[in-house]
Amino acid sequence: MFTLFQTELYKIFRRPRTYIAFAAITALITIVQLGLKMDGKEYAAFVMADLNNTFQIDGKIINGYFVCYVVLQLLLVHVPLLIALIAADMISGEANMGTLRLLLTKPVGRTEFILAKFLAATVYTLLLLVWVAVLALFVSMWLFGTDDMFLLKNSYAVQIERVDIFWRYAGAFGFAALAMTTVAALGFFLSQFAENSIGPIVATMSVIIVCTILSTMSIPLFNKIKPYLFTTHMVAWKEFFDVKVNDSNETIRGTIQNPDKLIRSSLVLFFHIVAFVGASVYVFKKKDVLS
Amino acid sequence: MLYTMMQQIIQVEGLRKEFGSLTAVNNLSFSVAQGDVYGFLGQNGAGKSTTIRMLLTLIAPTSGKIELFGMPLSSRRKEILRNVGAVIEKPDVYKYLSAYENLKLFARLSGVRVQHGQLMDQLEMVGLAQRAHDKVGTFSQGMKQRLGIGIALVHNPQLIVLDEPTNGLDPQGIADIRNLILRLSREMHKTVLVSSHLLSEIEQIATKVLIIDKGKKIVEGTASTLFDPAKTVVEVQALDNEEAFRLLQESTWAGALQQNRKGVLLQLDRQLIPQLHKDLVAMNIALVSLQPRHSLEDYFLRVTTGNQHVDAWQDENIVSGDTQIN
Repeated sequence: MFTLFQTELYKIFRRPRTYIAFAAITALITIVQLGLKMDGKEYAAFVMADLNNTFQIDGKIINGYFVCYVVLQLLLVHVPLLIALIAADMISGEANMGTLRLLLTKPVGRTEFILAKFLAATVYTLLLLVWVAVLALFVSMWLFGTDDMFLLKNSYAVQIERVDIFWRYAGAFGFAALAMTTVAALGFFLSQFAENSIGPIVATMSVIIVCTILSTMSIPLFNKIKPYLFTTHMVAWKEFFDVKVNDSNETIRGTIQNPDKLIRSSLVLFFHIVAFVGASVYVFKKKDVLS
Repeated sequence: MLYTMMQQIIQVEGLRKEFGSLTAVNNLSFSVAQGDVYGFLGQNGAGKSTTIRMLLTLIAPTSGKIELFGMPLSSRRKEILRNVGAVIEKPDVYKYLSAYENLKLFARLSGVRVQHGQLMDQLEMVGLAQRAHDKVGTFSQGMKQRLGIGIALVHNPQLIVLDEPTNGLDPQGIADIRNLILRLSREMHKTVLVSSHLLSEIEQIATKVLIIDKGKKIVEGTASTLFDPAKTVVEVQALDNEEAFRLLQESTWAGALQQNRKGVLLQLDRQLIPQLHKDLVAMNIALVSLQPRHSLEDYFLRVTTGNQHVDAWQDENIVSGDTQIN
């Protein structure tokens, strides 16, 4: 199993396609950082226009923590496509290249094979998120400095103290890893039904788009299924930035407004991962390799 | 590795595979002994690749039993596959890796850690040492095929399974693969199962042959029996075939004689062909052509193709001790 896992990682990181995602993320984050560096003050003035009439806001609104939040909001919608590029190619790509039949003539179990491949896809997903974290958080902290974080929600604003932020990002990235692993598991599952990569990649994105639409539409018929859709829970990383307040409306350090929601979302995503991977093992064990 | 006293490397009994309403392999039974070069013959779509894929666990049989090295394939798959090397149809490997890297990767997956020198020796054996560190994407079909065989051999397996190994190769490539198979058998004492739709290829290397068509066994026998030169068929074309047939019937050749619509057929030992030619000239038969054909080739074409473009001699004798026609 470990040998299989090692060889899968070796193959992933020897393929030029793997680095497209890293390059795309670097470009996207750099563009956002550049834009905020150049016109950050105007952007902050525009965003805070209404609040400035009510509150006196001191300090650096556009700081590293705030930039990271902006980047995550923009980027985590698009990262699934980059994950699908690799995860949805894991089996179909081997079938397309003709290497699947050669691999399966080796003394490796099919369950081991599938699990090793999925673990390798997960490692790729995690490394992609680590790269996002390095660029979006650490580079932003270096470029923009640090201060308290001021976030505008739908009907209220949240101020999080500088010393209370870092662990929230650690949690948010951890949750994002779970969400993106769910995408990887979906792509991986769909990868078994095709002998070229395009189909599963498009199918993965189509499922995500359809489910996201269903998750966001406020139609009673869809409300019943919303809690079961993984897309409903993928954005729950934002819960880490909803802080409890005391009677004086002051934020309480080290708290999350709705931890139960976060736990529920994590469990739903985890269940989806187990279901997709379990289904992948089941299908693959019965699969006739005809490619 | 332990296997039975008969040293049967492959034993297949009543193998069947259905894809929906299509029966790709139908009640197929055969066995391959240690050291055999077992030729697996059949037209395209006859069921060769499906059978081979079942032997390698790529396809699950609908029914039937497969044993390799005396062990049931279904329950001792890993143990068995450690001793099997295979090239199935096209030898597809990772194009973005070099020949050396591919070989190393598949050696690891085969459960062996091979040293640099051994990998280079393996590449040398298949004639790729000079290109060891070039990306496989730059290789010709023949080079990929040789690398595929190198990968099949890298863990020193007892059984080599080659499915249509000469597909897409030029004549030199075909000769190289043929020589490699002979070397594997004669010098390295490997058991080789090789499939092809070309009789001429199998004829030159196989010690035992199985012909299948539409998933069924047609004939199985030792090459020495099936390729017996005494079973050469000569087709005589004359200006007047009926007259030629009458004259031959009155000659010493009467016992070897058969007639069909297109000409006159004689079954004889290949060495007697010059004498036949002399006698035909002596009998003043206006000869148009005299064409020796291998009896098995005629037979193979007749039984494995829908249209009977050759009215071949049917050799009752082909059903003998070592040989069976189904």
